[in-house]
Amino acid sequence: MIINVARKELKSMFASPMGWVILSLLMFAFGTYYLNGVNDYFAVMSGAMRPAERTGVTQFVGQNVYGFASFMVLFAVPLLSMRLISEERRSQTLPFLFSAPISLTEIVLGKFLGLVAFLSILVVFIGGMLSTLNIWADIDFGFIVANSIGLLLMVASFSALGLYFSSMTQQPVVAAILTFIALFALMFLDRFFAGDPSNTLASLSLTRHFQSFSGGLIDTADIAYFGLFIATFLTLTVRRLDADRLRG
Amino acid sequence: MNNFTVEAIDLTRLYGGREAVSNVSFTLSKGQVLGFLGPNGAGKSTTMKMLTGNLAPSNGSVKICGIDMMENPKEAKALIGYLPEMRPLYKELTVDEYLTIAARLHRVSAGHIKKAVEIAKERCGLSHMSKRLIENLSNGYQQRVGIAQAIIHNPMVVILDEPTVGLDPIQIRDIRALIREVGSERSVIISTHILPEVEMVCDHVQIIDKGKLVFNGSIDVLKKQRIGNKLMIAMRNPPSVDEMLKVAGVVEAESLAGNLMRVRFADDAAPSEAIVQAAVINNWGLYQIAPDQTSLEDVFVQLTYQEQAEPEQVAA
Repeated sequence: MIINVARKELKSMFASPMGWVILSLLMFAFGTYYLNGVNDYFAVMSGAMRPAERTGVTQFVGQNVYGFASFMVLFAVPLLSMRLISEERRSQTLPFLFSAPISLTEIVLGKFLGLVAFLSILVVFIGGMLSTLNIWADIDFGFIVANSIGLLLMVASFSALGLYFSSMTQQPVVAAILTFIALFALMFLDRFFAGDPSNTLASLSLTRHFQSFSGGLIDTADIAYFGLFIATFLTLTVRRLDADRLRG
Repeated sequence: MNNFTVEAIDLTRLYGGREAVSNVSFTLSKGQVLGFLGPNGAGKSTTMKMLTGNLAPSNGSVKICGIDMMENPKEAKALIGYLPEMRPLYKELTVDEYLTIAARLHRVSAGHIKKAVEIAKERCGLSHMSKRLIENLSNGYQQRVGIAQAIIHNPMVVILDEPTVGLDPIQIRDIRALIREVGSERSVIISTHILPEVEMVCDHVQIIDKGKLVFNGSIDVLKKQRIGNKLMIAMRNPPSVDEMLKVAGVVEAESLAGNLMRVRFADDAAPSEAIVQAAVINNWGLYQIAPDQTSLEDVFVQLTYQEQAEPEQVAA
């Protein structure tokens, strides 16, 4: 049943130009970054004489692309997640889902998975793009896998937050703005505490937990953080929808 | 176990302390079509939302084929097809895509989805619209898609909130036939403002006013109230009321403007013939005689008015 809701969301996303446009624009941007990264690699490495200055091509280009991607999804996810529930609320299509034999949890999970599935297309494409480096170099696939997992967890967290804000309003634009502000704050929280890195609030920052992935390290603590983040906002969304049923 | 398809027990819904629906109880059996009548804001849609699990009742319970909506919402919802007042259509999809999703969400098994979609389209006259975007359909066709969505999984109970709004007369006739057809083997609940519609398709009527049931019974009871025992007579030389009262069976007579006279007769009398004879003998110049029907509207107003006349008169 969760799958059916997710399929419906995917269908809606591809039924409008919005999904295609965002996908293609993002891929264009990532592709440009990738090409620039490869060019820069030769420029930088030809100047770097000492072995300590030399880094692998995977890390050099990968960090370039994944760093940029984690920043770009900050803009892309709110645009995609804003419609998920608020649009249904506005056009009064929620009763269609509410009166079907599916639970609220299934509806929320389905919508969440639908969006994550859409965004994972991006993650897969980026991974594929970087893997083409393997044609002329011997690349570090572990690094790409770790980064892909990190990016996927990050967009999933973004989606969960976006879904929650989408459930709170009837206006998709309001949902997008709220999501963007919240994500922006969470991304750059650690910058505010740059002087005191051990601060508890700083460790709530999404960027900090992405950092270990971007270095090629899969840390269970970070996976747990993203997992909890997602679970929290999905639960809040379910509760928000349940309030609809109870309060009307 | 009884075989009620719908059982509503003391349904109550409060909105901020105000009772939108209070203590509504009724049952519905297989093969019945229930008409839900009431003025605007009477609580029809609220009741329907509660029946379909879209709204939690403040008090009371709903059972669909014996399954409690609160305890086993999924099983109960699987037996219901619901078309809310605002059609829940995804306008960016085509008719086929939308109905396929509806079938899938309502647990139609994968192998039967195609067939279920075809049947639903055929029943609602949508076969030639398969590939059209719902957004581009006319109001009436969108309504049909809404109805198709509600019957696609062949549910035990079909609940339609104002199904004939926005349809042209031919479509209305088709939809009414469809409702009767579905109602012959399943249970149907429809809400409407159009009174003749109730008379045509429903065999049970409920009139709800200010959240309370004011009438709950078979359509025949309502019809009887409606036809009554009155005659409307038009004559060129109308007699006086006293003269008319002399005719056997006439209990009451009333002179109206324009040479008309309204006559009430005893319950088992049929005085038409006697009146015609008297008219010929006395040269009243009778040119029209017909049963005086109180319209269903009048009955409706009477029933809802009685409620209003009670103590708490609200200033309009």
